[in-house]
Amino acid sequence: MASPGAALRLEATRGAPPGAGTRARARSRVGGFLLTGYTHLVMLWLFAPIVVMVIYGFNDTHGKFNIAWSGFTLKWFQHPFSIPTLSSAVVTSLGTAALGALIATVLGTMIALASHRYHFRGKAILDAVMILDIAASEVVIGSALLTLFIATNVPLGLLTIVLAQVMFSIPFVAITVRARLAGFDPSLEEAAQDLGASPLWTFLLVTLPLILPGVMAAALLAFALCLDDYVITSFVSGNTLTFPLWVYGATREGVPPQVNVIGTFIFIGGGLVAIAGALLRSWRSRQLARATSS
Amino acid sequence: MAAGQPALRRRSIAPRLGRVLAPYLLILPGGGWMLVFFLLPIVTLLVTSLQSGDFVTGFEFTWNFANYGLGLDLYAVQYLHAIEYGGSATIVALLVAYPAAYWIAFRAGPRKSAYLLAVLLPFFVSFVIRTLSWETLLSDNGPLLGPLKAASLLPSEFRILATPIAVTGGLAYTFFPFMLLPIYVSLEKIDRRLIEAAQDLFADPVQVFRRVILPLSFPGIFAGVLLMGIPAIADYVNQDLLGGVGTTMVGRVIEQQFEVNINYPLAASLAFGLMLGLLAMLLIYQRIFGTREIMGD
Repeated sequence: MASPGAALRLEATRGAPPGAGTRARARSRVGGFLLTGYTHLVMLWLFAPIVVMVIYGFNDTHGKFNIAWSGFTLKWFQHPFSIPTLSSAVVTSLGTAALGALIATVLGTMIALASHRYHFRGKAILDAVMILDIAASEVVIGSALLTLFIATNVPLGLLTIVLAQVMFSIPFVAITVRARLAGFDPSLEEAAQDLGASPLWTFLLVTLPLILPGVMAAALLAFALCLDDYVITSFVSGNTLTFPLWVYGATREGVPPQVNVIGTFIFIGGGLVAIAGALLRSWRSRQLARATSS
Repeated sequence: MAAGQPALRRRSIAPRLGRVLAPYLLILPGGGWMLVFFLLPIVTLLVTSLQSGDFVTGFEFTWNFANYGLGLDLYAVQYLHAIEYGGSATIVALLVAYPAAYWIAFRAGPRKSAYLLAVLLPFFVSFVIRTLSWETLLSDNGPLLGPLKAASLLPSEFRILATPIAVTGGLAYTFFPFMLLPIYVSLEKIDRRLIEAAQDLFADPVQVFRRVILPLSFPGIFAGVLLMGIPAIADYVNQDLLGGVGTTMVGRVIEQQFEVNINYPLAASLAFGLMLGLLAMLLIYQRIFGTREIMGD
């Protein structure tokens, strides 16, 4: 804080008309206060629909539409899976997202390894395709995929959902893992190979353990993307319903409070994983700092 | 001796061949997946958009460019709505996100990552449910407007739902992290000594912001507008749940033509047209604001 700049500024204000410095400082303190308040208002705005979702899971609603507040109840939390079609949609979502994330994580990690370690023809093209895949709008990708499946007579359903989800997850995985690889010391791999390890064993014993946090983060990201996707999935799902599709379909006749309950569960699950990940990361970096300083 | 030589040569070639092939073997499955399920579909989309016929008699490829004219003719308003709502949502999100990103980057101190996590946490809830919650919140007699109307602070026919404001607000909310995160990253990267230098040279806070901080955060603004603008223009979920009959955006029309009207050629031409339109906007945008900014470092 006591930088040479601060000392200079102090000197400068001494020469300025009396009161100018304190007035400017007071103004900037008021400004800082306003900005703090503003940022917290933005946070409130971001959390508003989440609060609504959680609260309306406790609403003792009797009509079809869960909008008017009609008393507190725990019954939806006691029986969150009492609607069979909704429950099976949740199972479908979890299954396709897990499979999609698994495949995308393997394929995306392979791409990340290739583009981190090697220079090869077509690398720029590969990067461009991945950026386009991320940036392209979902409506366009969804309808394009639908035309492919129509042209090739592939029946729409679980298979096409997984094919689509892997496709849009691969670039996210590749970029996440590559970011992790950027801080990777290649001499570790060379050491393993000098000691006689084959490339496969080098990967399994040296590379993978080191990049595992990045791979795990990428897998979770891919899982979240697949679980949440509505637009692309809706184009290629046929009659199969995932959780977001079920909810969207229910908007016309009224969304039951069980949706709020399951949404709350997913929020808590995702939130816990995210918070645990953040804590783990800060713990690791503190450990690392302690190890390097001693 | 002579018998050992070929074997030796083979052993020296094999690893070299392996090194040349390895990257291609590694990218083959993932790259192939994207080739077949991302690039090839764009070709079939183009082919479908040039077909004619109907669902009963079947579609046929006839270089039917008329689909594009027809789509523009029928749905010009919906294209314009998409640009209008998506564009204004992007501007709203930029204005909302910048001060918050600034505060997190410069004032949050050690709780920086906690605030960043807090920005992202709401997005762990399904996109459809979040939008539905806004529908509940903004509904005509919902938790926000109901009490105000009961207290006669608002006329009873006042509404937000089913108006362009609800659609724009919903879009700004849905894609908010795409705007905030790049801006935050660019602010966070700024060398604090540059700010101190400006202060030492008697720049007042406004000047420090306008001449130092703002220009250095342009790459973040550039990326944020891009990352948020594209999905916001093409989205139809917000419009469907929060908007009314008069606010239809082109994404919704595409979905309806595919799923309800089963007019694949027209639907495909609308989707391909949207893609071309977005690409054109992207190139123009990049021409005006981009070049050095995005390639900066």
